[in-house]
Amino acid sequence: MDSQINKDNTILISPVTRIEGHAKITIDLGPDGSVKDARFHVNEFRGFEKFCEGRYFTEMPTITPRICGICPVSHSVSSAKACEAIMGIKPTYTGDLLRRLIHLGQVISSHALSFFHLSSPDFILGWDSDPAVRNIVGLAQQSPDLALRGIRLRKFGQEISERITGKKIHIMGIVPGGVGAPLSEENRKALLGWIAEATQTTLMGIDLIKKYHDQNKDMVNSFANFPTLYLGTVGPQGEWEVYDGKLRFMDADGKILEDQIDPKNYLDYIAERAIDWSYLKYPYYKPYGFEKGFYRVGPLARLNVSSKMKTPKAQKEFLNFKSIGAGKPVHGTFYFHYTRLIECLSAVEEAERILKDPKITSGDTQTAGKHNYNEGIGSSEAPRGTLFHHYKTDDSGRLTNVNLLIATGQNNPAMNRSVLEVAKQYVHGKNVKEGALNRVEAAIRCYDPCLSCSTHAIGSMPMLIEIKDHLGRTVHVLKRG
Amino acid sequence: MAKIPLTIDGKPLEVDTGKTILEVCKENNIEILTMCHFEGIGDVGACRLCLVEIEGTTKLLPACTTKVAANQVIKTNTEKLKKYQKITTELFFAERNHICAVCVADGNCELQDLGYKVGMDHVRFPYLFPKAEVDTSHPSYVMDHNRCIMCTRCVRVCSEVEGAHNWGVKNRGVEVRIISDFDTPWGDSTTCTSCSKCVNVCPTGALWPKATVQGQLVKNPKMVSELVAKRKMNL
Repeated sequence: MDSQINKDNTILISPVTRIEGHAKITIDLGPDGSVKDARFHVNEFRGFEKFCEGRYFTEMPTITPRICGICPVSHSVSSAKACEAIMGIKPTYTGDLLRRLIHLGQVISSHALSFFHLSSPDFILGWDSDPAVRNIVGLAQQSPDLALRGIRLRKFGQEISERITGKKIHIMGIVPGGVGAPLSEENRKALLGWIAEATQTTLMGIDLIKKYHDQNKDMVNSFANFPTLYLGTVGPQGEWEVYDGKLRFMDADGKILEDQIDPKNYLDYIAERAIDWSYLKYPYYKPYGFEKGFYRVGPLARLNVSSKMKTPKAQKEFLNFKSIGAGKPVHGTFYFHYTRLIECLSAVEEAERILKDPKITSGDTQTAGKHNYNEGIGSSEAPRGTLFHHYKTDDSGRLTNVNLLIATGQNNPAMNRSVLEVAKQYVHGKNVKEGALNRVEAAIRCYDPCLSCSTHAIGSMPMLIEIKDHLGRTVHVLKRG
Repeated sequence: MAKIPLTIDGKPLEVDTGKTILEVCKENNIEILTMCHFEGIGDVGACRLCLVEIEGTTKLLPACTTKVAANQVIKTNTEKLKKYQKITTELFFAERNHICAVCVADGNCELQDLGYKVGMDHVRFPYLFPKAEVDTSHPSYVMDHNRCIMCTRCVRVCSEVEGAHNWGVKNRGVEVRIISDFDTPWGDSTTCTSCSKCVNVCPTGALWPKATVQGQLVKNPKMVSELVAKRKMNL
C-alpha cells in the first residue's frame, strides 16, 4: 500500500488493498492536523447498464454474472427473476430450490473469502504488523489450520455451484424458469459430505471473532459506530432471507419503517443521486431525503432487520448478536464480520436442509416461456447486500433500459461515513503510522465492497478527485482519462 | 466419369474430373479447414480458410471453388497455409464483437472451435469494435450482427434450399452486412417462412432461437444437408 502526506495536509491512500476492485481514500487535515474530512473514491468504470442496452433480455443472466467473480450467482439470480417477470413465468419447485442452494453456496464462499482471506489477517496478525505478511499467506504461516479451513470453506461454497452447473465461477446454469440441469444423486451426496466440516469451520470463525470482541471491547464498539437506517430482505414472518423475500426498512432505533415491500416497488422507496467525485452513486431512502436517508445493506443490515433466523445454530448466535444492541440495531461497523459468520452458519444449515429435500434431484428444473411484458424487476440478497436488476424492453424483447442497483452502491454513503469516523479516531496529524491507515482501509473492508459491481453508470459521472487544503481551497484536481 | 491423376500432400491420387479440390480431399480423408462451406449448398469461397497451394501458381486458391485438373500438385498442410489460416481466424474475431464468455453459442460454435484448432491464443490485429445491431424483431429468432462472420450460409440456404430469398448482403469490406429483404427488420419480412434453416446452418451465435440461454443452444445443421440429399434422390 502506498501512502503519502501531501504538502496541502491531504493524506492519500492508494490503492486500498484486499477489497474487490480498486479505490482511493483521501483524508483532509485541518491546520492543527486533525481530520476534517475523509472520502472514499471509486475510480473504476464498467458501463454494464449502457452496453447491455440493445441485447435480447434472456441474455442477461449470462452477461451480468461477468460483472463480478465473487458474487456472480446473485447477479444471475436477480437477472433470471427479472427475466421471469418479463416472461410472466415462475421457476419449477426443484429449479427454485437448486437456485436457492447455489445462492447459499455463494454466500458461504463469499463470506469465507471476506472473513478468512481478507479480514482476519488484520485481527489475527495484528493491525500494526508488516503489511507484507498481513494477508492470507501470512495467516497460513501463523495459523495454518485456520487458513486451510477458511480456504476449504470457500471451496465448499464454490463446489455447490460446480456440482450443479459445472462451473465454480461465472456460472451459467441459472436460467429464466429455474436451472439448466438437475443435481445428480452422486453430487448431492458429495455436497452433504461437506456439511460437518463447513459447520465446524464457521463455528471456529465465530469463536475467533467473539474472542476478539471480548479482548477488544472498546475498539469493537467504537469502530465506525454510527446510526443509520437498514435495508434487508426478510421472509413472511420477518425471518432472515437471502434468496427470495420482501424488503424491510428499519430506522436507527429499530423501528420498522416499511415491511413486506415487494422488490418490484423498490423505486417507491429508494432514490439515487450522482456525485461529482466518485463513480458510485448515492442511493437513499426516499421518504427521508438525501441528507437523512442513507442506509446500510449487507450482513449487519440483514441481521438488524430480521426477526429471527431459520435454522437452530444460527438462531442461537442471532440471539447473542441481538443482545449486543439490547433491543436496538447494532450500529458498530466492526460487527459486519460477526454477522457475516452467522449468515455463513445459517447458509450451511439451510444448504443441508435443501440437500435432504426429496425433490432436489428431480429432473423438472426449468419452465419455458417467452417475451410477454416490457418490464421486469428481480432482486436477491447478494453477500454484500440487496441487489436489484431492473430491465425494460421494447415489444420484441430488446433491452431499452437497464438499472442495476448494487449493494456496494447502497453502502456507499455509509462507507464514507465509516472512513471519516475511523480517520478521526486513528489519524492525528501528519505522523501517521501504517497500522492506523490500515484501520481506515479496514473500515471499508468491513463492508466487503465489490467496487467493480457498483460502478456501471455511464455519461453522467465524470471521475474527479479534489484535493483541498485546510481552508477549503481546491489546490489540485485529478481527472481520469 | 473420367479419372485424372494428381497429387495431394505428396499422395498420388486418381480422381473424378469436375470435382472441387475440397470434395476430393474429403473423399480421401484429407482435412481442410472450412467455414463458409456447407454440405448441400453452393460454395462461394468467401472465408478463405480452405486455401491450398498448387504448384505452378503463386496464388493461394480456395479448395471449395477450385476444380481439380490433371497432374495438379496440391499442398494443403504447409507452414505458409497454417500462417494464413491463423491470420484469417484472428481477423474473424477482430472484425466484429465476439465475446465467447457471454455468447449463447459458447461451447457450440464453429468459430470458437476454429480458434482452438488453429491455436489462436490472442489476436494480433486491432479490434474494430464496430457498432452492430441486434435484430430481435422476428417472433422466434434473433439476428446478432456482432457475431456474424459473413460466411453467407444463411443467404445461400434461404435462396437455394428454402427458396425464400429473405437474406441478402449489403455494402462491401468491413461495412458488409447481412440484410433481411430490402434492409428492413427481420420481423417485417414478407419473404421469410420462419423455417429456421438459416438458424441451423449459422456457424456462430449470430442466428439463434429466442429465449435460448448459454449451454442450451441446439442447432441441427445436418437437417439441411440431409434435406438436400433426399431431394436429390427424389424421395
